[in-house]
Amino acid sequence: MSILTVENVNKRFGGLQALSNVNLQVEEGTVHAIIGPNGAGKSTLLNCFVGRLEPDTGSVVFNDVSLLGLKPHQINQVGVSRVFQTPEIFDDMSLLENVTIPALAKRDGSFKLNAWNAVRDENGIRDAAMECLADVELDGKSDELARALSRGDKRRLELAMCLVQEPKLLLLDEPTAGMSRADTNNTIELMKRIAENGMTMVVIEHDMHVVFSLAEKISVLAQGTVIAEDLPDKIKGDPRVQEAYLGGAHL
Amino acid sequence: MYKASSRKSDLLLLAGFTVAVLLAPFILGPVGAGYPDLLQKFAIFGIFALGFNILFGLTGYLSFGHAAFLGVGSYAAVWTFKLFSMNPILAVIIATVVGGVFAVAIGFISLRRSGIYFSILTLALAQMSYNLAYSVLTPITNGETGLQLAQSDPRILDVAFGRDYGAVLPSSDFFGIHMTGYPGYYFCAALFVLCFFLSMRIFRSPFGMMLRAVKSNQNRMRYTGLNVRPYTLAAFVISGMYAGLAGGLLAVTDPLAGAERMQWTASGEVVLMTILGGAGTLLGPVIGAGVIKYFENIFSAFNEGVLEQIFSFLPEFLQHAMVSISSMFVGEGWHLTLGALFMVIVIFLPGGLMEGFSRIWQRLRRMTKRDDDKPVEPSSVPAE
Ligand SMILES: Nc1ncnc2c1ncn2[C@@H]1O[C@H](COP(=O)(O)OP(=O)(O)O)[C@@H](O)[C@H]1O
Ligand SMILES: [Mg+2]
Repeated sequence: MSILTVENVNKRFGGLQALSNVNLQVEEGTVHAIIGPNGAGKSTLLNCFVGRLEPDTGSVVFNDVSLLGLKPHQINQVGVSRVFQTPEIFDDMSLLENVTIPALAKRDGSFKLNAWNAVRDENGIRDAAMECLADVELDGKSDELARALSRGDKRRLELAMCLVQEPKLLLLDEPTAGMSRADTNNTIELMKRIAENGMTMVVIEHDMHVVFSLAEKISVLAQGTVIAEDLPDKIKGDPRVQEAYLGGAHL
Repeated sequence: MYKASSRKSDLLLLAGFTVAVLLAPFILGPVGAGYPDLLQKFAIFGIFALGFNILFGLTGYLSFGHAAFLGVGSYAAVWTFKLFSMNPILAVIIATVVGGVFAVAIGFISLRRSGIYFSILTLALAQMSYNLAYSVLTPITNGETGLQLAQSDPRILDVAFGRDYGAVLPSSDFFGIHMTGYPGYYFCAALFVLCFFLSMRIFRSPFGMMLRAVKSNQNRMRYTGLNVRPYTLAAFVISGMYAGLAGGLLAVTDPLAGAERMQWTASGEVVLMTILGGAGTLLGPVIGAGVIKYFENIFSAFNEGVLEQIFSFLPEFLQHAMVSISSMFVGEGWHLTLGALFMVIVIFLPGGLMEGFSRIWQRLRRMTKRDDDKPVEPSSVPAE
């Protein structure tokens, strides 16, 4: 069953057609990769899913709910979490607080005047947050400020912030960009573990190694158009893809 | 590194704060601040700054119009005296509520913008309130004269309970205790401690954490499922209620209300108090309020005569020069001193006085640590 259905989405920035007639079906419980050259419109497409951008035409339906016209916080509350291309974290708060906030948002909803209890007494929330920090191997730094982290660690922190919400759909925009090879491999392992637990993921990635070791399905985006959508093995051999993506070089 | 505070350290802080406030007449006696009029100001402006800090310190939204709530609180309290009762309890409750209601209206409009636009909107709305108080609203505010009590006021609750003030102009009294002098201070002090306690609870709560998230990254908040606007509005209204209460207390200790209380200079003052003490810290704004009110009291009391005496040891022409230079900084010119003080703090201690204290504290700790590391000399007395 498809959990996310995107139909005929168009988005134009001035004279630039960033997305034209994009169709996409993400099956529940699978990892769906979106690849394509820089500027192909991959981040723009994700922006249309989370309410950062409104498509000019088309529809985005998640679990029978149309996401168009919903505010970002409403989209998150129905179960969509996103890791951004440039990490969006709470820089001047501790790692533990960074993960506590999304956990509270999941439990208490988009607004709660919970001003009497102390955060330190929220044992369940803290345990869940520490567990997610441990998943991304940042539990040793839980008291440090997020600002002090390396770029790769910031990404993993953001991933932990999404995981603690146990989303129904996890969107990852280049989760390994700027990471060392070792960190990249760790992150792949982590994403595999998440996928094995049945999480539905949409991953934007330029690293082919990552894509082919993770994805069950791949959509190729070039100049705002989906030029191919298939199983990883088929994509590897597709001449159109090689043409668009690598200028004819072999994958 | 951020360390979560423990229940124990919070209790200690609260206990220490309470003791300090209760003993303030004795503690501040030696520096010449142990008399009730000034102590009342410490408590009242401490409350004002505590509330302002919940908005500015936590969310980063810099309001330049908070004096409007102070003024509205004063008017509400004086009207309560006039219409219902001279009992200060009812007056401060109504002042707080009216401050909050007013904050809902102003917050609803100004929180549509953030950053400098928010600040300008609050400033504009507060100046509008100030001007309205002087013009159209004269029937409510009594314009330039200010709102005052009159012997002929109805005071229906007092009348109903057979409380008669005779032929004198009544002053607010708490079941027979007049709210001037030390009783007035302790009435303010009790509410000051309560406000500090509430502020501490907010700081430690999930709600307070969300307010800090507003300051840190609103984008991440939204994509994390949190609706930013109600959080900022709630913070705005809470701080408006604190300001309303402070305004009410001004009227309790001195039952009249004038529009000058709403002027932008008064709004600026609470900004200075909060930044001077340390925005976003629990205790900083209280210290900032205390320091500013203390120095205001000292510096504005100076006049040329006093200065001439101070510099009388100098030759005459130098004495004149010194007097004319320093007289710019005292009396009416005290704001010049305040500006200079503020500049020094912002440049050298952007985190305010609290940052200065924590730097000194850390240096002391490092020094004592080094002592601990030294090998124990055989002759030293064993530690118990
Ligand atoms: N908010 C925007 N305003 C104008 N142009 C944009 C905006 N966002 C993206 N673009 C343009 O749309 C194209 C697709 O961008 P993007 O989706 O970020 O590509 P990528 O596939 O590398 O993630 C690029 O040419 C980019 O410059
Ligand atoms: Mg991108």
